[in-house]
Amino acid sequence: MSQQSTAQPSEAQPSAAQQAAPQAEFYDRLQTFVGQEIGALQRAPDDVNVAMIRHWCDAMGDANPVYLDEDAAAASAHGGLVAPPTMLQAWIMRPYGVDRMSGGPNPYRDLTEFVESAGFTSVVASNCEQTYDRYLRPGDRLTMRTVIDSVSNEKTTALGAGHFITTRQDYFDAVGERVGTMLFRILKFRPAHEQGAVEATPQPLRPRPSLTHDQLFWFEGLQQGKLAIQKCSRCGTLRHPPGPMCRECQSLEWTTVEAAGGGSIHSFVVVHYPQIPSLEYPNQVLLVDLDEGVRVVANSIDTTYDQLVIGARVELSVQRCDDELSLPFFKVVAG
Amino acid sequence: MSGVRYCDVSIGDELAPLALPLTRSFIVAAAIASRDYQDVHHDPELAREKGSKDIFMNILTTNGLIGRYVTDWAGPDAVIKKVAIRLGAPNYPGDTMTLTGTVTTKENGEVEVAVVGANGLGDHVTGTVVVALAASPPDGAA
Repeated sequence: MSQQSTAQPSEAQPSAAQQAAPQAEFYDRLQTFVGQEIGALQRAPDDVNVAMIRHWCDAMGDANPVYLDEDAAAASAHGGLVAPPTMLQAWIMRPYGVDRMSGGPNPYRDLTEFVESAGFTSVVASNCEQTYDRYLRPGDRLTMRTVIDSVSNEKTTALGAGHFITTRQDYFDAVGERVGTMLFRILKFRPAHEQGAVEATPQPLRPRPSLTHDQLFWFEGLQQGKLAIQKCSRCGTLRHPPGPMCRECQSLEWTTVEAAGGGSIHSFVVVHYPQIPSLEYPNQVLLVDLDEGVRVVANSIDTTYDQLVIGARVELSVQRCDDELSLPFFKVVAG
Repeated sequence: MSGVRYCDVSIGDELAPLALPLTRSFIVAAAIASRDYQDVHHDPELAREKGSKDIFMNILTTNGLIGRYVTDWAGPDAVIKKVAIRLGAPNYPGDTMTLTGTVTTKENGEVEVAVVGANGLGDHVTGTVVVALAASPPDGAA
């Protein structure tokens, strides 16, 4: 499968060359888990049976007669009742009330803890691939072996940086013949927000500003919850956006003052299209005259469309967008 | 028996779409029928504690529905060889997932069907199913 190849270490990109040494060490350690078997051979608690097949077919709405209708099954290419092939995993599931990570030595738990220790604490299931050697029939008794199949190098994904971990489960019948295989891939990633949902789709990050010597102070100030305004050290003129030189007196000396937070809408636009996944739409973009006399561009917050009026009073709210980025937002207030 | 025969299938054939209303009962029933007792698939409160907005469909059910979708079309003589899926937007209660499928390859008595399950958030699942179809020519197609 094409998605199968995305986690192959051979095409992985080192994400930060300057950290090559510790990353290489981390990666080498990761690879030591590959090929390790997880726990003992697991046995299905029950033979493949019609009762469980019936529950499955009822829930899935699957009316294929080869699963429950003996006569139809006998007349089919299967020659008798068979279990739905996609039920493979259901025959050996962790029983209710048993903790996933409990029990004896468990390389998967060790791997998980090792990856989490490097900050990759969130998880999302990404791929599942089942291959069937044959259909199962009532009376089949399964065993299953789990092996860590591969661990990718650090990958940059839409969810954030992380490692793909693929496990392989091989299922065998009573005489030890393999009946099916499942490759299951998860992404362990560094949570961008504190909303690391299981199998959920985290919001992509806002675009990164390209930081320069001239405006770094502005973004750093926001990280501390402050909207900084540049102020000429010689003539005292305030300026925004940030720049190296005062346009009044051409001085290169400057300091900053913190905006008090009040202002009014000079103008605004509501963007509907094109939509960037990390932003909310309709996207209200304000041009705000700060009371200090400079003008800034920012998104609104908690503001409805009918509140957007030129001249309306607004109040600053610095919001943390993710770990690395905070931005100013403005909310329309009365008066 | 109903279903399609290998000789009658062409690359590009489309399967009839199947719209599945995702009721809470359906999501829970299918999770339990697949013996998946993870709380995020039946307990809204614990699902929210883990950062999800609600319970959501488990992966075994997604696999089961895709298998059903393909054999609904292919018929009882069909033999599924492989199901490979990539997971996307969660299936939450109240949404509807619509499955669509297209035949993408045909070789040696087997066809590959590309399946997409789309819900209100986007693609819940994209994947491929390899299935051997009934009445393939005795000498094989290749």
